[in-house]
Amino acid sequence: MSHWIVAPIILPALVGAFTLLGLRHDLLLQRVAGLAGTAGLVFLALVLWAGTAGGAIESYELGSWPAPFGIVLVADRLAALMVLLTAVLGLMVLAYVTASGWDGRGRHFHALYQFQLMGLMGAMLTGDVFNLFVFFEILLIASYGLMIHAGGRMRLRAGVQYVVVNLAGSTLFLFALGAIYGIFGTLNMADMAARVGELPEGDMALLRVSAALLVLVFLLKGGLVPLHFWLPNTYALAPAPVAALFAIMTKVGAYSVIRVYTLVFPPGTAGTGTMVADILMPFALVTLALGALGVLAGGTLGRVTAFSALASMGTLFAAVAGFGPEGLAAALYYLIHSTLAGAALFLVVDQVRARRGSSALVARPPMAGTGLVAAAYFAAAIAVAGMPPLSGFLGKLMVLDALRGHESWVWVWAVVLVGSLVIVVGFARAGSILFWKAHDGSTAPAAQPAEPADRPDPAATSGWAMAALALPLVAVAALTVLAGPVHGQMQAIAAQLGDRAAYVRAVLGPEAGVAVETATPDEDQ
Amino acid sequence: MELLVSLGIGLIAGVGVYLMLRRRTFPVVLGLAMLSYAVNTFLFASGRLVSGAPPVLTKDATTYADPLPQALVLTAIVISFGMTAVVVLLSLGAFLSAETDAIDIEKLDAEGGAPAADRAG
Repeated sequence: MSHWIVAPIILPALVGAFTLLGLRHDLLLQRVAGLAGTAGLVFLALVLWAGTAGGAIESYELGSWPAPFGIVLVADRLAALMVLLTAVLGLMVLAYVTASGWDGRGRHFHALYQFQLMGLMGAMLTGDVFNLFVFFEILLIASYGLMIHAGGRMRLRAGVQYVVVNLAGSTLFLFALGAIYGIFGTLNMADMAARVGELPEGDMALLRVSAALLVLVFLLKGGLVPLHFWLPNTYALAPAPVAALFAIMTKVGAYSVIRVYTLVFPPGTAGTGTMVADILMPFALVTLALGALGVLAGGTLGRVTAFSALASMGTLFAAVAGFGPEGLAAALYYLIHSTLAGAALFLVVDQVRARRGSSALVARPPMAGTGLVAAAYFAAAIAVAGMPPLSGFLGKLMVLDALRGHESWVWVWAVVLVGSLVIVVGFARAGSILFWKAHDGSTAPAAQPAEPADRPDPAATSGWAMAALALPLVAVAALTVLAGPVHGQMQAIAAQLGDRAAYVRAVLGPEAGVAVETATPDEDQ
Repeated sequence: MELLVSLGIGLIAGVGVYLMLRRRTFPVVLGLAMLSYAVNTFLFASGRLVSGAPPVLTKDATTYADPLPQALVLTAIVISFGMTAVVVLLSLGAFLSAETDAIDIEKLDAEGGAPAADRAG
């Protein structure tokens, strides 16, 4: 049993606590500890990735309590991918935060950031649904602090909304867990997967209810319509670099849906059937349409970007709703892409706010360094909208191709393609107002700095900040160039997700895996 | 006993949902607290209701109470308690800086939703 699996959770926990207790008065030391800790996390993620690349699924029993009784952490290909993506995104955003001086505008940024990473890592590695709840709470508590970092009137009010919505979601999660424990008598995901085929007929109604409650919680985190109301305000009013990190938070919802509804309740399970896929598809398309309209109608670049994040979740969940190996592979590729591209766009928003005082889409005299920011915006917007040549185009192509055989493929194609067009128009409108109309002479006078505590700071527009902003764009370019090998990896992940027996065997031992194999002979449907 | 407990949970959850849908922060926080009471009792009942039975192995016991939900409830109580403290402080902060305790953000900045400046001040 390898101890590497628990390391990505322990490292940020230690760094965070140490930063909080020992380094609270020295920003420079906090930066060093934060960057070193996050770089270490990338290293640990690479080790996990290498360890699972051969298809092995490793289970780690905390405190050596045997599997269904103790809590397990499980590293398979999907978990390793998510851990790696989180660590890389975390490092890039932290580099930007350090370079732009955001961490000095409030207290305890670095400690909260490490705890946020700890919660994310735990949520992706755990093999137990109650533990998933606990790690959700850890990442949420940290995100409450990050969301209201640097304060300000509107930000605090949006923070209250964000916290209240998530507390209601947590309560719903607990109701789902109580119902699941009442039926299954276990909260270990592998154990649930082994037992789901043997439940008595009388429990089917409760099973459907608990599966539906659980998916509601995950879709709330993922921002799917009609559970999306928290998302635009939170993303537009949070500090932009924090919103860039939050690009991974909605993906945690998507990850949880993929994990639980391929392992425990795969389509075809007695009792739930294709319920989840049937719920997901229409609402994913509505989410995409609504996000696209929001991109067109948003009054500030921050809000436009928040709605583009919503649209990308729609595309992602549409691909997940296919639940076939091709759909999941496409969904995972799009997940990596939309995380990186969304983060890049939020960092551009931060530059626009720092340079012209506000990201409102009103013509104003040109800002300092317009050319460079405009170029970064151009690249990030192309990636997010899904235009060639960047990875957004490839991702959407994969999603469309994977859903070609789906029964409602006409709707999917129509909404994705028309939605993309609307998003392109929205981004073009925003960009031309921000960067071109500034030069036509009819502009309003320069505004006072609008965002509280976001007033220009020499560090915020420095070359280092621009260099850090380029990091996610470089990652998107790399994802485009390496699309073939990456997609091959995603197909391997999707194939591993289809093999539930292997997961159960890895956690509970060989006999339990046999039970799953015989219980669901036909899981590729 | 089952009927009594389930009615109680339903009642508290109903009160919680009603309060949570109010438009000012104080009732909403109370509603969240009520909901967390309801869910804690619900979790407790998920191990089946048994009275007067020990949760740990003893020589002469014939039936046992399920100890796992009790551990789960303990975790849930700690988390919801901490969260309630966070949301109380945050609502106070928002109330003191915005001088309103409405949950809704009815009016965004005139420019269409930028975080409004504390320009007046």
